[in-house]
Amino acid sequence: MNIIDRRLNPKGKSLANRQRFLRRAREQIRKAVREASSGRSITDIDGGEGISIPMDDLREPSFRRAAEGGTRDYVVPGNKDFVSGDTIAKPPKQNGAAGGQGSPDGGGEDGFHFVLSRDEFLDLFLEDLELPDMDKKNLRQSESMTFSRAGLSVTGSPSNLNLVRTMRNSLSRRIALKRPRPAEIAALQAAIAALEESGDNPEMLSQLRVELETQLTKARRVPYIDPVDVRYNRFQAVPKPISQAVMFCLMDVSGSMTEHMKDLAKRFYMLLYLFLTRRYTHVDIVFIRHTHQAKEVDEQTFFYSTETGGTVVSTALAEMAKIVKARYSPADWNIYAAQASDGDNTSSDNPATVALLTRSILPACQYFAYIEVGAEYKDWLGRETDLWRTYKDVLAAGANMAMRKVRNRAQIFPVFRELFAKEGGHAQT
Amino acid sequence: MRKPDPHAKLLFTGADWNFDKLQRVHDVIADIAHGELGLDTYPNQIEVITAEQMLDAYSSVGMPLMYKHWSFGKHFAADESLYRKGMRGLAYEIVINSSPCISYVMEENSMAMQTLVIAHAAFGHNHFFKNNALFRQWTDAKGILDYLEFAKGYILHAEERHGHRAVERVLDAAHALMSHGVHKYPRKRPFDLAEDKRREKEREDWFQQNYNDLWRTVPSAAAGLREDEEISERKRLLGLPEENLLYFLEKSAPVLAPWQREILRIVRNIAQYFYPQKQTKVMNEGCATMVHYTIANRLHELGYIDDGALLEILHSHTNVVFQPGFDDPRYSGLNPYALGFAMMQDIHRVCTTPTDEDRVWFPDFAGNNDPWATLRHAWADYRDESFILQFLSPAIMRKLRLFHLHDEAEDDDMVVKSIHDERGYRRVRQTLARSYDIGALEADIQIHDVDLTGDRRLIVHHRVANDVFLDERQAAHTLKHLANLWGYPVQLMEVDGKSGEILKIHDDAEPV
Repeated sequence: MNIIDRRLNPKGKSLANRQRFLRRAREQIRKAVREASSGRSITDIDGGEGISIPMDDLREPSFRRAAEGGTRDYVVPGNKDFVSGDTIAKPPKQNGAAGGQGSPDGGGEDGFHFVLSRDEFLDLFLEDLELPDMDKKNLRQSESMTFSRAGLSVTGSPSNLNLVRTMRNSLSRRIALKRPRPAEIAALQAAIAALEESGDNPEMLSQLRVELETQLTKARRVPYIDPVDVRYNRFQAVPKPISQAVMFCLMDVSGSMTEHMKDLAKRFYMLLYLFLTRRYTHVDIVFIRHTHQAKEVDEQTFFYSTETGGTVVSTALAEMAKIVKARYSPADWNIYAAQASDGDNTSSDNPATVALLTRSILPACQYFAYIEVGAEYKDWLGRETDLWRTYKDVLAAGANMAMRKVRNRAQIFPVFRELFAKEGGHAQT
Repeated sequence: MRKPDPHAKLLFTGADWNFDKLQRVHDVIADIAHGELGLDTYPNQIEVITAEQMLDAYSSVGMPLMYKHWSFGKHFAADESLYRKGMRGLAYEIVINSSPCISYVMEENSMAMQTLVIAHAAFGHNHFFKNNALFRQWTDAKGILDYLEFAKGYILHAEERHGHRAVERVLDAAHALMSHGVHKYPRKRPFDLAEDKRREKEREDWFQQNYNDLWRTVPSAAAGLREDEEISERKRLLGLPEENLLYFLEKSAPVLAPWQREILRIVRNIAQYFYPQKQTKVMNEGCATMVHYTIANRLHELGYIDDGALLEILHSHTNVVFQPGFDDPRYSGLNPYALGFAMMQDIHRVCTTPTDEDRVWFPDFAGNNDPWATLRHAWADYRDESFILQFLSPAIMRKLRLFHLHDEAEDDDMVVKSIHDERGYRRVRQTLARSYDIGALEADIQIHDVDLTGDRRLIVHHRVANDVFLDERQAAHTLKHLANLWGYPVQLMEVDGKSGEILKIHDDAEPV
């Protein structure tokens, strides 16, 4: 008998099958993922996701006999009081095909329900999106070092001994210095022994003995492996480049921003955060909220604490510029900014906003997104808000920014996709 | 064989298991199984796996090696989501008909459970695999793992050469026809020239000896028959009718590339390997259950396991052989474990302490006092259908309170035809046996003809029994797969199994 412990075998033996399955159902899964994301709280998206997809391409049909019709005979257990000749009413007909979740064939119209892992979900969710200018910066000051091969050295630890190189050096040295091979010495010795045995040709014998003596001395002088032959593999610590990004969330929290608007903004920020974490090893978030004055706050305060005051957008931009200068040098960081506002701004502040934006914010940023959130049911009168008009002028000048209007939850994801769609949509409005 | 020793040390105490304990338990069980029960098993290989690996094994039809296909991924996803939600437990073990016989046991099992599993799988199933005639005839325990290895490699290689899509297409189609890709009868052996010549000679001699000039005067066959002959000659050349659809396609489909034929062959061979398992569920599980039940009790009698372990084993055992009545919400058909175990135990009883009734019903072995030899004989030479027909006793029918229901589609009610009484025993037994007959369970599909002179349309017949037609949607989808493999249109007709009258013609399927 043999007992084998398979528990340590590599996991995910069925991964290849799963990939084939996901590939086959890709279209349906993608659709389900999109739907799931619009209906659900954004925070949930970050986890694994149970989704249901239609069976279209996933049927495994076979020739089988119908479940109904014809003459059938059954033998069943548990008779209580029937005698032969009794009749039993037929059980009510089941509507549609039987087989609920995960039935072997999932027959019929039933959806097929299963769980996507977080990574699979996000991959599909953020599929064909990309970050503009993502590879602009790689950080020099890195979080970890990695060792890579860097040639050979004459010193090192025995475990790094490069045997092939060492032996090659040894061989060439032995050839160069004409070290006698063991076979040659053995041949000489054999010849001497033969002559000693036979006893003839003593001259030859003494000659051979001298030669043997020289060869042996030579072999002693030229060692088989000399310290000069030895080579070690050399490893060098190289900093692992880590891409890092910082995401600035700017939000107007003045009285005119309703909970609904904040919720929309939050959803957008969450998506952006998820997206950035997929692309960068390290993502910092800075929350800046503003009324007539701006302040860096933590997430909780940012979304949930209320504040009253006027609206001066330039304060937020100034605060951001200050933080960038102090902590996030554009040389080292990929900087993204997303601003959410209902579009109100003190009219006198607009020139200052534009100036700040074009001079200090946009040059430092990889990308600047402006989301204008509106009330869900209020009809916009077609009138553009102050901020929208102001930014439009900036955008027209060909800046690396984008702006969109969002009124309800369902719009968030399409807008997000529009902003980051691969065919560089960020210049259009 | 070890002598019963009242002071024998317990093999283990407590729930924890380790490899040493597994080994000891296995050895003691082997002594009992081989010595007392006379079992004959392949060498055992016990592999400890995790829950995730068990799910893996589930999804690839229980085999340790399997080629890659999306359907396995789909099953894994479905099983996993049910398991994670706690809606489904996992089997304690999976056992593979191979030599050495591989049993997977879960690491979560307690030591008592491992004991149960070893007795059940590594000895019960193992004996059955090695000795049952169906398995001996249709499966090659020594070669299966190598074959699967080959199959896996072949399909991987094909994917690399011909692309995922192309391979997936063939596999999908082959899987759809898998249950109709088995030989149900041993194949004709290839002709032997010497044998043929001898037979020819015999015929000639016979003809000459029986020559009668009178036959010359008999009018020759009508001209209409000539065409019939042509048809039958053509069908003979194609080997039609053929019920092994995959075999037919592999050999005769006009447009398949060699690698596609090889894939069909792989799927067909795997289907053939599982063919005996379908027909022996009751016996296989009954055998394993009987063996683990007996061994657990023997271990306890001999002092190898303590009361706690025995009770734990019996608790699981009782769950496994639970049979709810037809009106119970938990009822979902006859439990093969329950039926199998009840019958095996009954055979044991009939052999040792028969009643008068048993002597009438089973004159061959009632009271022969050699229950294990009788059981071994049953395990070796029967399949579910014939086993029930031979061995289901009135006592079991009474115990399970079996009765026979007859259901006509047009009638409003079902009729109780017979019950577990003197008049009904044989009828109930016959009907139950029939319901385990694979021929009655699976649709009888045959390649009937090919229109070679026309558009190469393949004509497939479903021989309808008891007026039960094919599931229409399923048939339509499957037919498409069949057409894809055949490469030309396929027509499916449902004909009456007895009269040959055409009852229904399905829409033609065109290859896409």
